[in-house]
Amino acid sequence: MVQNIIDVRNLSKSFDISSKEPGLKGTIKHFFRRQKKSLKVIKDISFEIKEGEIVGFLGANGAGKTTILKMLCGLIYPSEGSILVTGYLPFKRKENFLKNITLIMGQKQQLIWDLPPIESFYLNASIYDLDKFEAKKRIKKLSEMLEIDEELFIPVRKLSLGQRMKSELIAALIHEPNILFLDEPTLGLDINAQRNLRKFLQKYNKETNATICLTSHYMKDITSLCKRVICVHEGAISYDGKLDLLLRKLSPVKEILIVCRSEQDAIRLGNSGFTVKNKIKNEITIKIENNSITSSLKTILNNFDIEDLFINEPPIDEVIGKVLIKKDYDI
Amino acid sequence: MLEYRVEIALWAISGIIPFFMLNIWTNNNLNESINISDIMLSRYFLCAFFVRQFSVVWVVFSFEEDSLMGKVSPYLIQPLNPFFRYFAQHLAEQITRFPFALIIAFFFFIFNPESLWIPNLGILLLSIVSTFLSFLIQFLIQSIVACLCFWTEKASSIERLLFIPTLFLSGLLAPVVSFPAYMKSWIYLTPFPYLIDFPANLLSGNETNISGGLSMQILWIFLLFPLFKKIWSQGTKKYTAMGS
Repeated sequence: MVQNIIDVRNLSKSFDISSKEPGLKGTIKHFFRRQKKSLKVIKDISFEIKEGEIVGFLGANGAGKTTILKMLCGLIYPSEGSILVTGYLPFKRKENFLKNITLIMGQKQQLIWDLPPIESFYLNASIYDLDKFEAKKRIKKLSEMLEIDEELFIPVRKLSLGQRMKSELIAALIHEPNILFLDEPTLGLDINAQRNLRKFLQKYNKETNATICLTSHYMKDITSLCKRVICVHEGAISYDGKLDLLLRKLSPVKEILIVCRSEQDAIRLGNSGFTVKNKIKNEITIKIENNSITSSLKTILNNFDIEDLFINEPPIDEVIGKVLIKKDYDI
Repeated sequence: MLEYRVEIALWAISGIIPFFMLNIWTNNNLNESINISDIMLSRYFLCAFFVRQFSVVWVVFSFEEDSLMGKVSPYLIQPLNPFFRYFAQHLAEQITRFPFALIIAFFFFIFNPESLWIPNLGILLLSIVSTFLSFLIQFLIQSIVACLCFWTEKASSIERLLFIPTLFLSGLLAPVVSFPAYMKSWIYLTPFPYLIDFPANLLSGNETNISGGLSMQILWIFLLFPLFKKIWSQGTKKYTAMGS
């Protein structure tokens, strides 16, 4: 049986926030009597993640995804509830725990700006107690996987964003962590660099069975990497389950564009009980429920003279967008 | 890379306050009131320059900037306290400054040949130890102040407040021996005279209580270190990882 590697129970996090009225009067008032209020950004959430799983955290800006990741990796202290990651309390930041995890934040870098990435790699290798031979071996392996070579010897400030991100990944993975926390890792990358990064993460997960917790606003990252998603809405979990189940629930129908041989066939098809979206000459678009696609297509192909047929998936961004504004998905 | 070389040279030059003070002291014959000869006074200020070069600390500014920019977060999830990074940075920069400090000393002796002296090996070694202890005290004080970033975001303002006693009581502007007797007894109870005055007096060959000075330096390190650990552990609980 696959073990739970992350176990979160009734987790909450509150931040004290002070507010100030605009203008000089507000500033003076704020100086003498600061108005503070406690804002609960994470509200009593519970979930488990199994070893080797890739889980996507979805939510609008400010929903609490990054705060959850920060608590999971021990960066910030939870206000209530418990977290166990590989059996450790993350906030204690025990050496063995820290050697097992990594956190990668898009556009935030740990590489030393004025030195080539290779220097930062060897520094990290020392921090994680790797000898030079082992470090060299791992750098070679990771740089081959990421297809980066000569750039490792050029000062970081002279590298492109994509090259820097690849170098960041090597720096963050040199100690071969079992758990990767990735906060918008593809932010700002071009389409090819995004695709390469996704390919790399898939490969890394496959080769090392590492658990990956990922947040991203690029739906392609989520759909190509994650089988399971946790949707966060205003600090609470609105959905936790399989991504394809969520997509089916959110988008129960598919649009099918059918090109008939004659306009008469198209008219006949339009009058045969299907929901018609639109019709132009011999082309007709109908909507069919996901669970009856096979039988409906069989009927159409048997009874009408069809020249061509296209099944259109609804745009994934549009579908997932619905999740970000809804409080609860009971599936 | 020219800009880096110039920057390093500017670091070294920026520490020449002791030479200005030497000029003020000798031109106004202020040293007569405290029975220190011109030669010993010029050696004292040269040594103050050297001690300052190898004990100057700016960790509060680095940590504050890194906190605000969200750079502390990746450091915090590594199995090494981030202050070790800053400590290593300081040591590396001290080594870089060394040749420039030697060049400045060379010119000092060209213009003040009568001040040239060679300290004996024992004193030299003790002075190096004492300068390092001075660096440790300053590093710990600033690290404690830097940890206040977890509460206030602008810990460097508190550091600026500490800079005033450091400037006046450390021996950078005047040897502590020149202060009135009633003040001296209080000053020697603070960590400040052990930052520059004591190591500079030790190296320049001025009369000083070696064992007493070293003991006080070690005592301050033992007092400050647990305080740093306490404030660090409390502060990290307050950390909100802003900017990241």
